[in-house]
Amino acid sequence: MSQLSDLWKRLQSLSADVQVRWKSMSHVQRLSGYVLAVLALYLAPWWPKIPAVGWLVNTPGTQFSTVLNDQVIIFVLVALGLNVVVGLAGLLDLGYVGFYAVGAYVVGVLTSQHASLPWLVVLPIAVVVSMLFGVILGTPTLRLRGDYLAIVTLGFGEIIRISAKNLDWLGASRGISDIGRPPSIGPLKFGVIDPKPYYWLGLTLVFLVVFCLHRLEESRVGRAWTAIREDEDAAELMGVNTFKFKLWAFAIGAAVGGLAGAHYAGKVGFISPDNFPLQLSILFLAAVVLGGSGNMYGAILGGIMVAWLPERFRNFTDKRVLVFGIALVLVMVFRPEGLLPRRVRTKSPMKSASGGQEVAQ
Amino acid sequence: MPDWLIIRIFWDLTVTGLALGSIYALVALGYTLVYGVLRLINFAHSEIFMVGTFSALIASTQLLNIPMLEDGNYPYRTGAALVFFLVFILLAAMFISGVGAIALERIAYRPLRGNGDAFGAIALAFLTSFVIGLIFVNETKANLIIACVGTAPISYSYLRFFKKGKKAPRLAFLISAIGASTAIAEAVGIWGPNRREQYQTPRILEKKVLFSALGTDVRIDYVIVIVGALLMMTALTLFVNKTKLGRGVRAVAQDAETARILGVNVDLIIVVTFALGGVMAGGAAMLFTMVYDQSRFNIGFILGVKSFTAAVLGGIGNLKGALLGGFMLGLVENYGSALFGGQWKDVIAFVVLLVVLMVRPTGILGESLGRARV
Repeated sequence: MSQLSDLWKRLQSLSADVQVRWKSMSHVQRLSGYVLAVLALYLAPWWPKIPAVGWLVNTPGTQFSTVLNDQVIIFVLVALGLNVVVGLAGLLDLGYVGFYAVGAYVVGVLTSQHASLPWLVVLPIAVVVSMLFGVILGTPTLRLRGDYLAIVTLGFGEIIRISAKNLDWLGASRGISDIGRPPSIGPLKFGVIDPKPYYWLGLTLVFLVVFCLHRLEESRVGRAWTAIREDEDAAELMGVNTFKFKLWAFAIGAAVGGLAGAHYAGKVGFISPDNFPLQLSILFLAAVVLGGSGNMYGAILGGIMVAWLPERFRNFTDKRVLVFGIALVLVMVFRPEGLLPRRVRTKSPMKSASGGQEVAQ
Repeated sequence: MPDWLIIRIFWDLTVTGLALGSIYALVALGYTLVYGVLRLINFAHSEIFMVGTFSALIASTQLLNIPMLEDGNYPYRTGAALVFFLVFILLAAMFISGVGAIALERIAYRPLRGNGDAFGAIALAFLTSFVIGLIFVNETKANLIIACVGTAPISYSYLRFFKKGKKAPRLAFLISAIGASTAIAEAVGIWGPNRREQYQTPRILEKKVLFSALGTDVRIDYVIVIVGALLMMTALTLFVNKTKLGRGVRAVAQDAETARILGVNVDLIIVVTFALGGVMAGGAAMLFTMVYDQSRFNIGFILGVKSFTAAVLGGIGNLKGALLGGFMLGLVENYGSALFGGQWKDVIAFVVLLVVLMVRPTGILGESLGRARV
């Protein structure tokens, strides 16, 4: 076992070396590195064709690009959104699937059920409506603390699903079919058969969301969220309007969830209440915490793992939920901060003034 | 609708609502106890209840071996035999649920508190090597052999890890609970007596009308459920308030650190708390199977959510609150589904919760396990 920990230490030092070298590179080199990485991601549908990598990433039983879009992209988007709520602001949301459903249903209602607007027009509407739902749910509940919030949001997710199931206006349990698809641009045809264009669209959305959230995290809003997460009372005393910023976190998280739902609805073309079970909320939360809540890249990693792992190891299909549950317990026992823990600012002005010690977590 | 019919429906709903509510209340006690002591939503408690229902059903068929009658029905028991059977099933369910709750605490929570022990290490190592084995073969016997072989070396390294003893952040406990909950439900779904299908067993109690009051017929099983639940809750309250261990539970709930300094064995108290919750869930499970005669691997989730709602409604961490919340939720759900239709049942429950929390943010009776208001 000591070899294992040796290996782990060596891996860590290796990654530290890579980081140092990366930082010493010139701007041009770094830029080309980024471009290559992005290009590689856009070419992901062909990864299974690469010899060694292909064996690792391949998903037997399902087309790889279908998994990429329907599972990985959706989970990554959702994990990014939920990370704002859970990871950054520290609000436990167990009903996140509700916002995802709202996004999907707005697209369903406006492109098929009651109107036939184009998908591209409905997308921003879906995002705004989900955001509104976030505010509507947040306003009365964000005054509650911690665990009460968890149970109320859990109820919210269930209310959305039951309402969709019982209101004829929303298609009841039949669901909504013939949902509008994204518009085809030149050779990019958003049809039924080829999932690749959807993947590229989804990946673009992910980049967009990552960019926006990154800007937000570095801003005053992001600092306010961190303050609230670490100690709400202290933040309030220091003059942070905690309620306002919590509501913002909720609304932004909801908007990203709605975006994911809208993308999902545009791809599958058919939604029904059964697509949005409460258990999905749990999976979403698991993705965020597994990857490392509070770290955007951790959330992305978590989303990828929760979505892709069950597809990769298909030979125990009947036991994959069991394995998933056990894996959650194991990860929490041995890496409670998640696989990629939140980076603690090592150079906060206060500490560096008093001798540059690292901030203990 | 004539008046007498409305009155009759009202009292019918009241009786069934109280019966359902007492099951909620019993399960809610488990949430409330653990929350009071550890400030943790024991998400997997619902699965302890589910395991309890299966133990009750298996006890009533396998162990007692009831022969089928010629007409395909099963004979009802009466008199002393009935009492013996019911008590036996109750004890079986309570025992299994209690043991399950203790094991859950040892495996999924204690390592996170930073004092994992050998039992937890071995169990986690077994699970790890089971999962690793699954990547290579998918055949239960082979998997078990691989898991057993892998347990020894892995548990050794796990124990070494546990010695470092770091306390995990709060969210980690919840996720671990969710993982345990999923794993237990799935394990029953995979290896349980009827896999993923409903598991139905013969009824041993004839559900005859015991008495008629206020224009409604009260069935005997509802009476047993309500009275049984009240008895169990009284016993629990007495235990928490009168015994030495109960005093320990209240002390840890009030202030774990101070309790530790004053010589309370906090780990023992936590085990006792989980065991109490498990026993109550087992009792609830037995009463549940007595009314419905069936169970399924996934019944825990929704019932758990409802019970937790009941606990929050009454004021989490508050034993009387669990009782009040359970009864209230059962009644509100029943009246609500009569008024608006059964499909809105869950929505009504959550809306009531929301309204109550907005008016009283800590539940109707407020949070308190350590305070004098228990």
